[in-house]
Amino acid sequence: MSKTDLIGGALWEQYSAKVNERMSNPQYMGEITEEEAKRMGGKLVIADWGAEVCGDAIRLFWVVDPKTNKILSAKYKTFGCGTAIASSDVMAEMCIGCTVDEALKITNLDVEKALRDDENKTAIPPQKMHCSVMAYDVIKKAASIYKGVNMASLEEEDIVCECARVSLRTIKEVIRLNDLKTVEEITNYTKAGAFCKSCIRPGGHEPRRYYLVDILNEVRQEMENEKIAKIVDQKSFPLMNLIQKHKAVEQVLNEQVRPTLLKEGGNLEVVDMKEQNGITHIYIHYLGVCAGCPSSKTGTLTYIENFLKNELSENIQVIIV
Amino acid sequence: MERIYLDNNATTLVDPRVKDAMEPFFSQMYGNPNSLHSFGSEVHPYMRIALDRLYAGINAKDSDDIVINSCATEGNNTVIKGVYYEIVRNTKKNEIVTTQVEHPCVIHSCQFLEGLGIKVIYLPVNNDGIVDPDLLKEQIDPDKTALVSIMWANNETGLIFPIKELATLCKENGVLFHTDAVQTIGKLKVDVQDVPVDFLTFSAHKFHGPKGVGGLFIRNGVKVPPLLHGGEQMGGKRAGTINIAGLIGMGYAMELAVEYLEYENTEVRRLRDKMEDAILSLKDTLVIGAREIRTPNTILASFKGVEGEALIWDLNQRGIAASTGSACASESLEPNPTLVAMNIGEELAHTGIRLSLSRFTTEKEIDLTLLAIQKSVERLRSISMSNI
Repeated sequence: MSKTDLIGGALWEQYSAKVNERMSNPQYMGEITEEEAKRMGGKLVIADWGAEVCGDAIRLFWVVDPKTNKILSAKYKTFGCGTAIASSDVMAEMCIGCTVDEALKITNLDVEKALRDDENKTAIPPQKMHCSVMAYDVIKKAASIYKGVNMASLEEEDIVCECARVSLRTIKEVIRLNDLKTVEEITNYTKAGAFCKSCIRPGGHEPRRYYLVDILNEVRQEMENEKIAKIVDQKSFPLMNLIQKHKAVEQVLNEQVRPTLLKEGGNLEVVDMKEQNGITHIYIHYLGVCAGCPSSKTGTLTYIENFLKNELSENIQVIIV
Repeated sequence: MERIYLDNNATTLVDPRVKDAMEPFFSQMYGNPNSLHSFGSEVHPYMRIALDRLYAGINAKDSDDIVINSCATEGNNTVIKGVYYEIVRNTKKNEIVTTQVEHPCVIHSCQFLEGLGIKVIYLPVNNDGIVDPDLLKEQIDPDKTALVSIMWANNETGLIFPIKELATLCKENGVLFHTDAVQTIGKLKVDVQDVPVDFLTFSAHKFHGPKGVGGLFIRNGVKVPPLLHGGEQMGGKRAGTINIAGLIGMGYAMELAVEYLEYENTEVRRLRDKMEDAILSLKDTLVIGAREIRTPNTILASFKGVEGEALIWDLNQRGIAASTGSACASESLEPNPTLVAMNIGEELAHTGIRLSLSRFTTEKEIDLTLLAIQKSVERLRSISMSNI
């Protein structure tokens, strides 16, 4: 923990001078009317994003030249904290002179960078990063209105962490490549979840479509399944732990033994497995007609044991209980 | 720039008289009161005076305890965790009843105990922002409830809870009752003979005493193990060398707080009401809770279209210190839990700012603050879309 964390409360001290300046004297705050837009020779676009009940809301005004798709003027109105005001102001400035497609490439990270005094020092503290996201979202909204398309169609990929703009694909990839086991590791590798923390697990500041905890569980499960599949594929039964062995045994039984027994109206269950002197003892219990069948202790038993021996390992012994 | 401090529910300035009273105990009479020599024993009479002032301040009996500790957070932890060790682990009682609007030191202690398997019931406040005794009545079970912990006055809104009624209800049912009275000392009459609480906690820095010292009242006969184990200080109820200067300061601060109760409820209240009236005369503003049932120094105001952190930031630029529990100012980004619990609309949870006065607040400061609020609100509303 850093000394800053021990002291605490240093929220405003972490704002850059540019953030302070924009909060005090926003340059692009205001509205644009239809007449003004007409006079500039452009089309007026008005986009709303967020809601006051969520603590952040913005209305973006663009005047777009319909021939070149260039943004001639941009203004905004915003309900939000200082960071939201400063981000909206810089965002509006950055839009001017861009084409609509170019503006679509402006992210909250660009806005944050533009607010830095020193390129190596972030302009706002981590927990405020969230407040700059709205500035990015409203651009997409405005572009979708101008183009007359659905906003989702402008999404290039699924974003898990809005603050750091980390995609689902990236997160899945780093978990696999680096064998990550905790959410903290994901955050360290990708910065996802380092800011407003909403994307870590449900119950945060705002509901999200994806949560890091779920993605981690899902990918770890996939990786585990693949590992087992690989071991089974290699038939390296002796290398498995008992649980993996049990799974492998069940798989063989399900695929090759049970269908035959079921046809006759019987079945079996594995009740225990033990390792002794390199031999795997599999204790089974017959169900249905098998239970009373005279061959269950002879022919059927050999039949089952042979299947397991062929598929998995010579060192298997099946015992009836 | 001249600064104006209107965040007295967070902490207060140390009354210069209190500071003077503490002064000799740093470099002159610095002995450890547990030592047998004269350096130790010479502080005993002063400690006794300080304790007398504290006992008198809340009208405790000689047979009761006021355990001197580091703060109300410590006192509240001692009570809640102590009840767990003393009662929950030794009897069939395994429930604690508290409210949704307690200070984090109560809420988080309760959550910690939930992790150890006890059940905690968090009572909501009603639309007036207070805890309804009828609701408590429904939730306490003499066979199961180990402790009821309800604050006397809320730090965010200043709303005063009907503590006498709540405490009496618990007493009638044989259930222990604790109240966090940090926002009450010096603002309301606190009389533990009149209000049958078993535990009451306070902190010196909320009533013009120093930071780092507080008190825990324990009624005679009520048992609770110490939170800090060690030496025999405080009769074995709280180990650790006593903060002598802090204790002396807290004792005197308590005496002054009681002395100024009348002033607080007339002059401070008048200034508060003046500010409140002026805020309410602005367009689209709201003050939470009826002023008659609030501590005389507190206003939680909402200005439509003006986000809370933006407003305190703007006021700070103008030299005025206020606070907000609004989402954007805190690490957690959660809306103000008190406002959410009061069910007064999530939008307000992002707009509330708290102004809290003290006996050191002057009329001029209030007038200047009002001007600043007007300017800040006007500016932020011009940026905001709400005025469209």
